[in-house]
Amino acid sequence: MKSSFFNVGALALLFSASFALLFQTDGLQIGDTAPDFALESIDGTTVSLASTAEAYAEKGIKVKGYIVTFTCNTCPYAQMYEDRLQELHAEMAPKGWPVVAIQPNDVQLKPDDNLPAMKKRAAEKGFTFDYLLDVEQKVYPAYGASRTPHVFLLDASRKVYYIGAIDDNPRDPDGVSERFVVNAIQAIESNQKPDPDFTKAIGCTIKANQ
Amino acid sequence: MKHLGRLAIFALLMCLLAACQPTTPEEKPLYLSYETFDDISPLFNSESDTTYIINFWATWCKPCIEEMPYFEQLHQEFAGEKVRVVLVSLDFEKDVEPRLVPFLEEKQLQSDVALLLDGKYNDWIDRVEPTWDGAIPVTLIYKGDQRRFHGKQYASYQQLADMVRTIL
Repeated sequence: MKSSFFNVGALALLFSASFALLFQTDGLQIGDTAPDFALESIDGTTVSLASTAEAYAEKGIKVKGYIVTFTCNTCPYAQMYEDRLQELHAEMAPKGWPVVAIQPNDVQLKPDDNLPAMKKRAAEKGFTFDYLLDVEQKVYPAYGASRTPHVFLLDASRKVYYIGAIDDNPRDPDGVSERFVVNAIQAIESNQKPDPDFTKAIGCTIKANQ
Repeated sequence: MKHLGRLAIFALLMCLLAACQPTTPEEKPLYLSYETFDDISPLFNSESDTTYIINFWATWCKPCIEEMPYFEQLHQEFAGEKVRVVLVSLDFEKDVEPRLVPFLEEKQLQSDVALLLDGKYNDWIDRVEPTWDGAIPVTLIYKGDQRRFHGKQYASYQQLADMVRTIL
């Protein structure tokens, strides 16, 4: 009885280990080319990275890259970064690095993350970046996003240069000592490899109906 | 004889000072607070024969609250075993008084609760587990060199208990 129990345990372990491995290799790695997408924005338009580049070109700004950020209304960590995300966009978009925000949660599970709620939140917070809904929940797995907020920094050809947090102190904007995304952009602009190019932070799991 | 009398008085005094105090015996604190990961790191490196079940959670994390009863059940059902359940809260400092304390007072958890305030996450997440991406809830179960990491919410108490039994 005991040995059979252990076998089940071992099998379960093997199973979970292979799952972990799957998750690890899933999604984008540094140097990969990220897929483009076409998602509905809070203003009702369909937005892609290509259309973002075109829109900026019309304003006379050549896009050098994209700060693709998976975020939502409801996660306290995402909320802590709302103002900083807007500041980042205001600072970097004129330089050719717009924020493109994507809400990945299942809106059935999280009604407060649905498009009308996103629109409301964006108005309250004065977002000027595009805030898109991953309505079919296909974009975030393709990128390998696993939490909110989660940043993927791409260049104009959608090559991945940095994955991780916006800065090193989610809890306290005044306690930030490293602005990971800004530093990575500066590195790319001076033909350097961002260091670090991968960071971790506590965040909320992306809610999916599995 | 005189000496013995003194001893008796001393013993009585000690009793009055310590064990005979009106507070409930063995009352455990609501939580222990840790400013940095270094402060709490011994919890992750015990070489004893105790199996540690360490769950990361926060009051604002819904799936964390959903699975919390499993850890309390574990604490009860494994009471005769060498296990220690520690629930490490990642609540923010500003939420401690308005949210964490009322939550803990209401739930009266049997498991130990630790509050980790270190917000330099990138510096310590890998020290818990390299495959952890930072989303919560997650649970680390270990005894000495044997480690199991569960990178998401438990589906059931059984799933948690089964994982613990693999390294009891």
